[in-house]
Amino acid sequence: MKTLPAVDAVIVGGGWAGLLMAKELGARTFLSVVVLERGPSRQSYDYATDMDELDYAIRLRMMQDLSSETVTLRHDASRGAVPLRQHGAFLPGAGVGGSGEHWNAQVPRFLPDSFELLSKTTARYGASALPEGHAVRDWGITYDELEPYYTRVDKLLGSSGQAGNVRGKLIDGGNIFEGWRSEQYPTPPTKVPYFAALFRDAAKSLGYHPYPAPSANISRAYTNPDGISRGGCTYCGFCGRFGCMVGAKAQPTNLLLPIIQKRKNVSVRTGAWVRRILFEPAPKFAARGVSYVDARGEEVFQPASLVFLASWTFNNTRLLLLSGIGEPYDPATGRGTVGSNLTHQVSVPSATAFFDQPLNRFMGAGSAGFLFSDYDRDDLDRSSLGFLRGGYFGARGYGFQPIAAFGVLPDSVKATWGADWKKAAVFFYDRTATIGFAGEHLAYKTNLMDLDPVYKDTLGDPLLRLTLNWRDNERKMAEFATPIAVRVARAMGAREINPFPGLRSYDATRYNSTHIQGGTIMGNSPADSVVSSYLQHWQLPNLFILGGSTFPQNASANPTPTILAFVYRTADAIIDRYLKHPGPLA
Amino acid sequence: MRRRHFLTLSAATLGGVLVYSLDRKAALLSAQHGPVRIPLRFLTETEAHIVAAAASRIFPSDDSGPGAREAGVAVFIDRQLAGSYGRDRYRYTQPPFEDAPREFGYQGSATPRQIYRKGLKGLEGFHLLSPTAQDEALRKIESTVFFALLRQNTIEGMFCDPIHGGNAGMVGWQLVGFPGPRMSNLEEVEKYYGQPFRPKPRSLRQTTGAKARPTEDQP
Repeated sequence: MKTLPAVDAVIVGGGWAGLLMAKELGARTFLSVVVLERGPSRQSYDYATDMDELDYAIRLRMMQDLSSETVTLRHDASRGAVPLRQHGAFLPGAGVGGSGEHWNAQVPRFLPDSFELLSKTTARYGASALPEGHAVRDWGITYDELEPYYTRVDKLLGSSGQAGNVRGKLIDGGNIFEGWRSEQYPTPPTKVPYFAALFRDAAKSLGYHPYPAPSANISRAYTNPDGISRGGCTYCGFCGRFGCMVGAKAQPTNLLLPIIQKRKNVSVRTGAWVRRILFEPAPKFAARGVSYVDARGEEVFQPASLVFLASWTFNNTRLLLLSGIGEPYDPATGRGTVGSNLTHQVSVPSATAFFDQPLNRFMGAGSAGFLFSDYDRDDLDRSSLGFLRGGYFGARGYGFQPIAAFGVLPDSVKATWGADWKKAAVFFYDRTATIGFAGEHLAYKTNLMDLDPVYKDTLGDPLLRLTLNWRDNERKMAEFATPIAVRVARAMGAREINPFPGLRSYDATRYNSTHIQGGTIMGNSPADSVVSSYLQHWQLPNLFILGGSTFPQNASANPTPTILAFVYRTADAIIDRYLKHPGPLA
Repeated sequence: MRRRHFLTLSAATLGGVLVYSLDRKAALLSAQHGPVRIPLRFLTETEAHIVAAAASRIFPSDDSGPGAREAGVAVFIDRQLAGSYGRDRYRYTQPPFEDAPREFGYQGSATPRQIYRKGLKGLEGFHLLSPTAQDEALRKIESTVFFALLRQNTIEGMFCDPIHGGNAGMVGWQLVGFPGPRMSNLEEVEKYYGQPFRPKPRSLRQTTGAKARPTEDQP
């Protein structure tokens, strides 16, 4: 194996987390930084001609190539897993920018109690309120400590929205149930597609508190603190699963890459498939760098003083397991930490509504819409609901395209092909819309990741195995949400409504969200976590793990702003403290 | 080297000429004369006729508007099967192949090409049957992987960008009121609440002026 010249920092993964760290280290220090990205290189202007539903939204051109590596899944430990041979429940991206290129750019924050879930829940309801077999944890940080970093993220992205709580002052029209914000959003809310406007008015009439969905597809031109300018969203509707054709959507390629490319001390190597983190064993315990297969197929060793894992939930976890760093979690004994706390946001279409009038659904953006969070708040009395925590309801005008949207029909239509089906599907094509619900997923001892004993990637390494299923808490939560969404749909004037039939077993074929978390979680102690809240590995202090893999349980909110807030905090701690005195930060 | 196959379409069956107004009345703007011979990339001529006939029963041409025949769905499917999709370029296809419940997704080893080849063998002579007999034959295979694929690919061929060989003349988009890619709906997104907004469809090439290459045309 060839050894390359040593660098100060190597970052595995060129998505949101990895490129933000590269930008911070690159622009604020003189450290030499190398980003290793497995997928292709990419620039924001590549997207001018990508508005092709078939290649991008159906054949999923921007996602990871599963022919070389996928994950396996089983519902519980009593049987063997099978590989997920095609994309379904989640869509990890590939290439520079990662999933941050094809996202819908929804940018809510997590609720304050999320970060102290174990202690807050126990204090409020007693330890017996937590379901049997849970693995709920405190994160080792409070919302108040994280808030300044959230605000930096909103300024980076130029987030559009209406604040509902600025320093404790509640503001009508914003989300009054969320944690305090130190400032208003940098840009005002986006425009409102028709269906979302119907939802807003109906929710209000029923006494809920709808607010504009926070969006990083920005409502108007904005220049961020790094001097990056972009124009406002044009509601073309080609958003999630696409890169933004006009650059209004916040993406690593338009916010971070231009700065990185100007810095001589940072380089991005594409086609670099990292296989192992190499480390000095005890008593020295330090990461030495990473080995990877480069674009020409040659295996090389990249030594580095600092190692960052920033390669999405699955690969962060898998690289620790393959490298033998830390003890794999064993649900039978409760020993070990790597691979524990696998969670997936509970995201369901609670009510699919059919209208008499056309909705013009081709116009929209990935987060143009309205939400209400009356059942997604820390002060809700949950003792009578039969489940813990909650979620928010939403109607978004994502921008719908016909291959995916055609053929969604009221349950009363039985035909699935032929003349009757076609006639109904043509009629309902632009008269159909969904009220969604996104809820928290508690961590359980039985939901975890480890290495699969049977299936391998094209390089011969074992695939990551997910053991994952829903439990009563999630099923009851989804069940609770359905009649509420149906009531709202009725108030919107829907002529027919399909209620969500309920969560059964974890279904890898229905798109849920790309918000899978856990595996290398943060916490207060090395006994039950992999990293501290500075995302620093407990045993190897020069190894940092960035991304949703560090989240102990899944919030109702979409994770990107929280991921980025933690990256900012870690970057500050490294630059201000670690570089002067290398060692544990927590 | 396989023998060259062509799908011959007559003017009466070729799309690209129907325009739908807002009240969904079809208007024939112009007719093309003479048959058109389209070279096939994967299917044989007989297979293409069976695919075209089956797609036409799934998505018929009738008083509710044009269907798979006018959109050129068979041409679309032929190109998809010839390209990376048809040979499962992006699917995890390593053994062992185990049976698993539906929630784990398709676990078979057969590629779309193999599924079609085998499925079409079971439909020999299908294109020569009466529409009623064709529906009967399709009902018998309704629960197969082949039929699910054929149905999904028919929808794709109805509504894809014309760059892929389906949705000829954008008949699929006109049928449902989809305008194709538009650079901006900024002025319109809040203007047409409750009213249909139906700009004339334009394809990706017409909108961007760029010659994007579809995946199936790439090596």
